[in-house]
Amino acid sequence: MIVTTQKPLDEILDFISPYKNILIVGCDGCTQPPRGIREAETLSQLLDLGGKLRNKEFNFKVNTLVKQCDSHLTAVALKDMIDDDVEAVLSLACGLGPQTIAILYPELPVFPAQNTVFIGAEEREAGTIEERCAACGDCVLGLTGGICPVSRCAKSLLNGPCGGSQNGKCEIDPEKDCAWALIIERLEKLGRLQDLEAIQPPKDHQAVARPGKIMP
Amino acid sequence: MSDFKPQIVLFCCNWFSHDGADLAGTSILHGAPHLRVIRTMCSGRVEPSFILRAFKSGADGVMIAGCYAGDCHYMSGNYKSQRRVMLLKKTLPQLGIGPERLKLDLISAPEAPKFPSSVNEFIHEVTELGALNVAKAGAN
Repeated sequence: MIVTTQKPLDEILDFISPYKNILIVGCDGCTQPPRGIREAETLSQLLDLGGKLRNKEFNFKVNTLVKQCDSHLTAVALKDMIDDDVEAVLSLACGLGPQTIAILYPELPVFPAQNTVFIGAEEREAGTIEERCAACGDCVLGLTGGICPVSRCAKSLLNGPCGGSQNGKCEIDPEKDCAWALIIERLEKLGRLQDLEAIQPPKDHQAVARPGKIMP
Repeated sequence: MSDFKPQIVLFCCNWFSHDGADLAGTSILHGAPHLRVIRTMCSGRVEPSFILRAFKSGADGVMIAGCYAGDCHYMSGNYKSQRRVMLLKKTLPQLGIGPERLKLDLISAPEAPKFPSSVNEFIHEVTELGALNVAKAGAN
């Protein structure tokens, strides 16, 4: 899932302060932590309160979309939400949401309420969300026992671990696990430790030419 | 102390408040004419938007009373409220509202006598902090 963090309220208030009637749309898609109708409702209350403290009155409409990145679903759902009164849209989705809405409604200002930070998954025991994929375009999970060294190793090493791995922790941040320690542990369980003897050539960083574009 | 009487909204869990709110009636209300008690079925029912609406409507402080860890009638409601309050306490300062204006107190039923003193303490703290003036700011 795509992981986002909320922008500072002051920044959002600066975005929306020229407008009065604002539609806040959550996203029920993959965004984590959840950014659905509840979070949209909470944000509207926070901004309302923030507006009052700035002597500014807002009129929020709050709703949520199934997947803001899906332009078909979004176009159909937004038709009922956007009327002549709506002056601006505030999106709680990842960076894709505001872009999809901006294409659908070129004349309407769209603002992000989130900073998109990475592709990650929930670590249930610790209750955290951690980065798990770097979208590198050349997946090595088959060689590394399903643990991604590109996103989880601070140096993105393909032939690890480095000398900084200590007691299974990373030298960059002793709170974080050494991805290569995890990979070795996992391959040992699978009886595939010999796989590590093959030296991996340097990564092809042009596997995806940015900006990426494919024909599905 | 000045004559300032803070507006306090107290969200009270139904299961805990059996004992607690009874005591509140006798021990707290004399000192706090502007205390408003709202009974919810669980402290976990109190969504962040309820708390924010209370502040927006002119509350100077919001307190949530729930059951002690492990004592929730619905198993995990109090843990949820704990997490929400923690997040909200981080967000409120962005609006210039001190996190000390929001209090979550998880009290076990046998400790109910502690409840009035906990509320009184909160009222005292908010009185010290002074008025929040959100409603007034909006009226200008």
